[in-house]
Amino acid sequence: MEKKLGTDNVKRGMAQMQKGGVIMDVVNAEQAKIAEAAGAVAVMALERVPSDIRAAGGVARMADPRIVEEVMNAVSIPVMAKARIGHIVEARVLEAMGVDYIDESEVLTPADEEYHLLKSDFTVPFVCGCRDLGEAARRIGEGAAMLRTKGEPGTGNIVEAVRHMRMVQAQVRKVSVMSDDELMTEAKNLGAPFEILKQIKESGKLPVVNFAAGGIATPADAALMMELGADGVFVGSGIFKSENPEKFASAIVQATTYYTDYELIGKLSKELGRAMRGIEISKLSQEERMQERGW
Amino acid sequence: MTVIGILGLQGAVEEHAKQLQTLGLEAEVIKKTEQLEEIDGLILPGGESTTMRKLTEQYGFLEPIREFSAKKKPIFGTCAGMILMAKELSGVEEAHLQIMDVRVKRNAFGRQRDSFEAELDIVGIDTPYSAVFIRAPFIESAGEHVEVLAKYDGKIVAAREGHILTCAFHPELTDDTSFLQIFVKMVEKHKQRLKYSLVEEGRQSP
Repeated sequence: MEKKLGTDNVKRGMAQMQKGGVIMDVVNAEQAKIAEAAGAVAVMALERVPSDIRAAGGVARMADPRIVEEVMNAVSIPVMAKARIGHIVEARVLEAMGVDYIDESEVLTPADEEYHLLKSDFTVPFVCGCRDLGEAARRIGEGAAMLRTKGEPGTGNIVEAVRHMRMVQAQVRKVSVMSDDELMTEAKNLGAPFEILKQIKESGKLPVVNFAAGGIATPADAALMMELGADGVFVGSGIFKSENPEKFASAIVQATTYYTDYELIGKLSKELGRAMRGIEISKLSQEERMQERGW
Repeated sequence: MTVIGILGLQGAVEEHAKQLQTLGLEAEVIKKTEQLEEIDGLILPGGESTTMRKLTEQYGFLEPIREFSAKKKPIFGTCAGMILMAKELSGVEEAHLQIMDVRVKRNAFGRQRDSFEAELDIVGIDTPYSAVFIRAPFIESAGEHVEVLAKYDGKIVAAREGHILTCAFHPELTDDTSFLQIFVKMVEKHKQRLKYSLVEEGRQSP
C-alpha cells in the first residue's frame, strides 16, 4: 500500500475541512487556547497581529520559531504561520517545523518583488491572498491550495475584503459563461494561466476554497463575508484587539456558522464591548496599503 | 424519497451533499435540531472536531443526536465525525456523543505534512479504494459488536457497529461513491424495516 504525501487532494482537502469556520491570529499559547476554546478551526501563529505590524513599521518577517512552537504545543487544532512573499527559506523552515499550513502573506514585508514561491514544490499546503481572478489563478498555478481575499489587513475596515470577494466572484461568473474562443484573450487580460481558467469555466467555480480576510472586526462583518460567498473567514487583529477577546471569538464563530440568522447575530453583538479601532482606507498612503504587495 | 441529513455546523458539508445528489438522493443541511425529525439518515462530516464539538454543545445537538441514534436511525461519521461518535478518546480528552463502542485517537497519523492518500481494501467493496487521509484519526480499540471494514498499516480506519458507520478518511473528497453507498444501503434497509414494522403494527390492531 503505497502512501502518497502532499497531493492536491490532501492539500486542498485540508482547506475544505476548514470550511464554514474561523481562523484566528494569535501571538502566544494563551491566545491560541482562547481561540481553540471559542471554536476556531485553526490559528495563525504570529509575532504581532497586523494592526501592530502596521504600528511598528520596519521590516516584518516570519515569526520567531519559539512562538510558532509554543502555539503548536498549546492546541490540537491546525496551526498556520506566515512566510514573506517569495521567501523560500522561511517557508522551508516553517514546513520543517511541522506547521500545518503556510500563508505566503502580504502582511509581511515581501522578500521578492518579482516572484512568488513555487508552492507545488512543498509538502505543506499554502494559502495566498488575492484581489481578483487573475491573481487568484496565478497563485493556484503556483500551487496554492487555498485562497483568501487580501482585504486591507490590520485596519478593522471591511470595505477592501468586500471589494475583493465581489470582484473574484463576478469574474468567476463571467468566465463560466464565456465561449471557448473567448477564453485565451480573457486569460491574457487577467494575467491568468489558461489551463486554470479553463477548469474554472468547466466547473463554474474556483478549484480551491476562498476565505475572506483583511478587515473583519465584528460578528456582522464575518456573516457579511459568508453571505457574499466566502467559504470561511480569517480574523486577524479583530479578536485580540477587541475589549473582550473570549466573547468576540465565540460570537464570530457562531455568526459565521449561522450567517443568515440575523436575530442571533443581533443577540451575539449585544454587550460584546468595543470592537478594535478601525482605520479609514483613504487615510493610508500607497506604501501603507499591504494589499498592493504581491504580483 | 430518501433524505439524508448532513450536520451543517462546519466542514465539508457541500461535498457530501453533492455526492448524495449524484446518487439521486436528497441532501439536507442540518443547522437546527428540529430538522433531525425530517431525515432518514445522518452524516457527521469531516471538519474540525473541536469546532463541531463546541457548536453541537452550544446549539443543543447532543441529546437529539443520541436520541436519533437510539432509534437505530443510521449515522455515518467521517474523520471528525468518527471523533464525535466515539465512546472513548485516547489521552485526556472527554468523549462527546459516545454512540459508537470504539476508542479513537485524534491526529493519529501526525500533522498535515503527514496527511496522505493510499489504496485500501475495504470489506464490501470489490476494487481497491483510493482514500484521502487528512490529519486523520484511527480506531485504537473496538468493542465486540464492531465490525472492522478496513485497516491501514494495521490501524482500523473504517468500521461499522449496527446502524453506525465510520471512516477516518474522506470519501467526500473523491468521485468514488462506493463507500457512501454502504451507508445509503443501510439507510434504505432501515426505511424498509420501519415500513414493514408499521404494516405489522397495523395488522395487529383491530
